[in-house]
Formats: sequence, C-alpha cells, structure tokens
Amino acid sequence: MSGASGFEAYDGHDEHDEGHGGGHHEEPSTPEHRKGHKGDNGDGPVDGAGNGAGPDQPPRIPLPRASVEDTGRPLPVLDEPPPPAPLVLEHRVLKALLGAWALAACSAAETAAVEDHLGVCGSCADEALRLREAVGLLQRPESLDLDPGLRTRVLAGCLDRRPPRIPLPEWATPYDAETARLDALLQDFGDAEWHAPVRLRWFEADEATSRRTTVAGVMAHLLSVDGLVAVALGLDDPMGEIPPDAPTPAGRTESYWRASHFPPTRSVRAPWREQSHDLVRTVSFTGSTSGKLSVAYGDFALPLHDAMLDRAFECWVHAEDIAEAVDYPYAPPSPRHLNRMIDLAARVLPAALAERRRTGLASPVPGRHLAPAGEPGRSLRLEIEGLGGGEWLIPLDSPAAVGSADHEVAHVALDGVEFCHLAAGHVSPAEAAAGQLGDREAIRDVLLATASLSRM
Amino acid sequence: MAKKDAPPRWDRKMQQRLARGEAAALGELYDRFASLVHGLAHRVLGDERAADGITRDVFTHVWEHPETYDPKQGPLRSWVAGLTHRMAVQRLRATETAALTEGGEGSTEDLERKVRHASVAARADYIVQSMPAPLRAALELAYFQRRDYRQAATDLSITEDEARRRLRLGLQLLSTAHDAGAPPGYGGAA
Repeated sequence: MSGASGFEAYDGHDEHDEGHGGGHHEEPSTPEHRKGHKGDNGDGPVDGAGNGAGPDQPPRIPLPRASVEDTGRPLPVLDEPPPPAPLVLEHRVLKALLGAWALAACSAAETAAVEDHLGVCGSCADEALRLREAVGLLQRPESLDLDPGLRTRVLAGCLDRRPPRIPLPEWATPYDAETARLDALLQDFGDAEWHAPVRLRWFEADEATSRRTTVAGVMAHLLSVDGLVAVALGLDDPMGEIPPDAPTPAGRTESYWRASHFPPTRSVRAPWREQSHDLVRTVSFTGSTSGKLSVAYGDFALPLHDAMLDRAFECWVHAEDIAEAVDYPYAPPSPRHLNRMIDLAARVLPAALAERRRTGLASPVPGRHLAPAGEPGRSLRLEIEGLGGGEWLIPLDSPAAVGSADHEVAHVALDGVEFCHLAAGHVSPAEAAAGQLGDREAIRDVLLATASLSRM
Repeated sequence: MAKKDAPPRWDRKMQQRLARGEAAALGELYDRFASLVHGLAHRVLGDERAADGITRDVFTHVWEHPETYDPKQGPLRSWVAGLTHRMAVQRLRATETAALTEGGEGSTEDLERKVRHASVAARADYIVQSMPAPLRAALELAYFQRRDYRQAATDLSITEDEARRRLRLGLQLLSTAHDAGAPPGYGGAA
C-alpha cells in the first residue's frame, strides 16, 4: 500500500514538530480559534525543509504557539483574511487526512484544503471516493441479544441430524442452558454494568440475610462455588492458592473476594465461562459413572447430577440478581429445566425438615411414631402451577418415609417461579403467594424449610 | 495476515471434538459463534426468522461436516463467517428470485443489485468486527459519536497523527468489503 510509506514519513515530521511544544502543532481546530491567532497565519516558523514540499511552497502549517515576535516575516500576499485564509497543505499531509475527511472529522479549513486538493490529485481523489464509500458501510452493530430458545432449538436440531457419540447427560443440560443464558446477558456489559451494586439475599435461621457485592462479585461467587463441582471432578480449583475460610459456598466466596486487592472486574467472566464449559464437557465424558460421584458443599453433599442441577438453579437465580441490578429483563428457565429444579428442591425438603426439627426450628412430629423407612408417612401435597409445574408429595416426618396421598395432611399450591424464589430466599415464607389447605403447622414448616434451602 | 490472538489450537481441537461427536463441543461452538452467525445472516436477509434459519443451517452443517473446515486455510471464525455469508446470500437470492417469478416488481438487475448490496454490507460488518480494536475504536468515535479526529486523539490518548492514521487505515480495510467477489475473501482483512 503506497500510503504506508507516506504515513511513516509524516510521522517523522510530526515527531520533529513536537519538539516545539506539546504536539499540538497544526492549525487550530476551529475557525474561531483561527481568528484569534490570525497573525500567525501562514508564517509560523516552519521547520519544513525535510517535508518534501518545494522551496517556493506558500504558507505552511501554521503553528499556533509561535508568537508574533518570533515570526517577523511578512505574510505572503494574502490580502483579505476575513474568510479564514485557505489552508495549504502538502500532498502527503492531505493524503493522511483522507480518512478523517471521509468521516467529516476534520476542521473546516482542513476539509476545504482536502477538497481543493482532490480536484488536482487523481490518486487522492480515487482514495477519497473509496473511503467515502466505506463510510457508508459503517452500521451500528445489530443487537446481539439472541433468543436463548434459539440455542436449544439449533442444538437439538443438530443432534437430531447427527446423534452425538458423546452426548450431554440429561441432568447437565439445565446447567449448560443456564450458563449460556447468563453469558449472553453479560455479552454487552460495560464497566458501569460490571460494577453495578447487587445485594445477594438468602435466609439464615429463618431470617432474611443479605450481602452487598457487584455484578462482577456475583460472577466471582458463581466461579468459586461452581469450583466445588470442578474439584469433585478432578479439575483445577478456581480458588488456586487461596485458602477458603470454610469449604462451603459462602466460605469460598468470601475468601475469593478478599484475596483480590481490587474488587472483581469483568475479567472474571472468562474463567467462569471456561470452567462452566469444562464442567459440561467433563461430565459428558465421565457420563454414567460420574453419577455416583458426590460433591461436597462443606456441611452437606449432593450427588453429582443434583449438584449440577443445583448449580444451574444458582446460575439462574444470580442471573436474575444481575439482570435486576442492570435493569434488564430475564426470563425463567425453560419449563423442562424449571421442573427439574423444583424436583430437586422437593427431594431435599424432607431432609431439610428433619434438620430443622433436630435443631428445634420445626415443630416436633405430632404423632408418637416416625414413619418407618420406606413406609408411607404424613405428607404435604406440593402443587406447582404454571409451565414446568407438577405435584410432589413431601413426606413430613422422615426423609426416609415415602410421600403418600393417603396420608396427605396439607396441600400447598404456588407458582413454579414463586416457589423457586422462595427456595432461593428471595421471597419470604410469609410473603410467598401460596394457596394453603389443611395442617397449617405442616405448611408453615414446609415453607420455612424451603426458604432454608437458600444460601449465599 | 492471520492475527495471533486466536490460537489455531483451539480451532483444531474444536474440529477434532466435533468430529468425535462431542455434544459439549457443539454447545461451545455455538456459544462462540452464534452472535457472529446470526448477526451476519440478519445483515444479509434483514429478517429475524430467516437469520434464525441460517443460524440453524450453519451449525448443522458444521456439526455434520466438521471435516470440511481446513485449519490450514485460516481461522475457524473466518470459515464460519464465510459459510454463513454464502448460505445467507444463497437464501436471499432464492427468496428474491421466487418473489420475482411470482410477479413481483423489479428486474433481475435489481435483484442482483440487492444481493450485492446485502453481501457487501455483511462483509463490511465482519471486517469491522475483525479489525484491530484500536482501529474500530477510532472509527466508532468519529462516526457514531461524531468526534473530530483531534477529539478522538484526546479520547484515545494518542497523537493526532495516529488518530488520522487509524481512521484512514480503518476505512481502507472497510473498503475492501467491496472487493471480494465471493466470500473466500472472508477474513482476508482479519
């Protein structure tokens, strides 16, 4: 490209010029400015010998900083300054200006000088035309918000045409989908969004609890807690050398936050995404055998497939936190995935109830007898409405008992998303819009136990 | 030529994983390229549903025929962009031709002009997305934010000379969108 050498030559000239003062070396950018300095016009001390113009070149690049005293030479015959004197620039300077000119990003005087030049210089005129046409090709980037449903449809269509030899385990698909949705939400975030304040909310000892962080802090939280699954699978721990306060989600998060001298930034997105892709990939390979693996959360553990479901749930919940913080809409998971998340909560509820009873938070079993393991016991019918809903019978008296319609003592009906918000600690048991029928104590216990599933 | 920031290793591994039939690889491929594919298709076709369809076709093609990508020919990204371009232009020509034969307005020349226009616009999008970030930033300031080159220089903490250079170079790259007759030119500027 012939222009390149011209640039370099011009660059050299520029450096030379900068020696005179701060690099603001050309004529001032506005006509007003020009008028203020019109005494300088055309007779600045031109160090131009090296810039290739003929020796008889009329007015050169004016230097605003030159004082009148320094420039005693008379103006070359320019009689009428009122309209700013036409700027005369040499070919290579004009050529270098063509991009700015095409974008209408030069001063009026430069524009006029370029346009005069185009009338006499064929090569510049050709380039000018080309660049002007190129400007017409600049378009605002289209919105990058892709319908997350498209991902599901496209991937399903592909897998239909060519069944995968290494499929995703079904229990890993909610995590795959939710991490992709969150990543898409983060796509266009600028610094303002990354540092937007977020309040993480959950329930602890039946009290609403919260912790302040930022959008980037939430992502650091997801990264460090997803790391529990990574560790269980033998992948690298994102905590690296950081010793966690406790091997729990909160312990890992707090120490991860603290270990960094600066608040988390957008730079947390890439490692989070890489880890989430690695998790999906690894569980597809370990496949059926990995189902037996257990993921330690510190004070409890979940089988791998439930842990992946739990992480999908957390990913959605925190994506909602983030979306709310930056005022974006965010839809719930697909009904099929929502259903699995609700199912996970329903399955761990009996153990949560037992734990609450053990610690005196829940009312003792009214009957004298606990239901024997594997036997039907007193049950609450959990009816989840909406897409992804269904019915679950929650055994109330023992995690080992089997839910039974014959022993139904209470019936709670609520919307699926509302139930998930309750389980996430984003809605209090008292405020949850739930239709209730039957044993009020049992209902209260179950709603409180659902909220107690939440954690940082 | 090819920039070093997208290691060809990722491209090659991705191809191997796709060939092996790893569903997780397909998901990663989608996550990396879906917005590129959909954006280009939408630029050519100007229609959300049609762009969805091209997105489906492109990923289906890559999933079914991962071996048709040759890492020696360039980055996977350019290849996917070229594939998208071809499919989208093909679709545009097909729908426009169908409209024409059903008695729509316009001539075959109009049709060709429309196709060429859409094709150049999509190539320009790709060039802007793939050009070095400093050039893109300068163009954005000058064009979308209407900063003159001196203001752009201040905004970017560069010399005015450098600002002029970036604007000119950026437009020079962009102007190559008019060149390539066919998509193989894709990525030439990247």
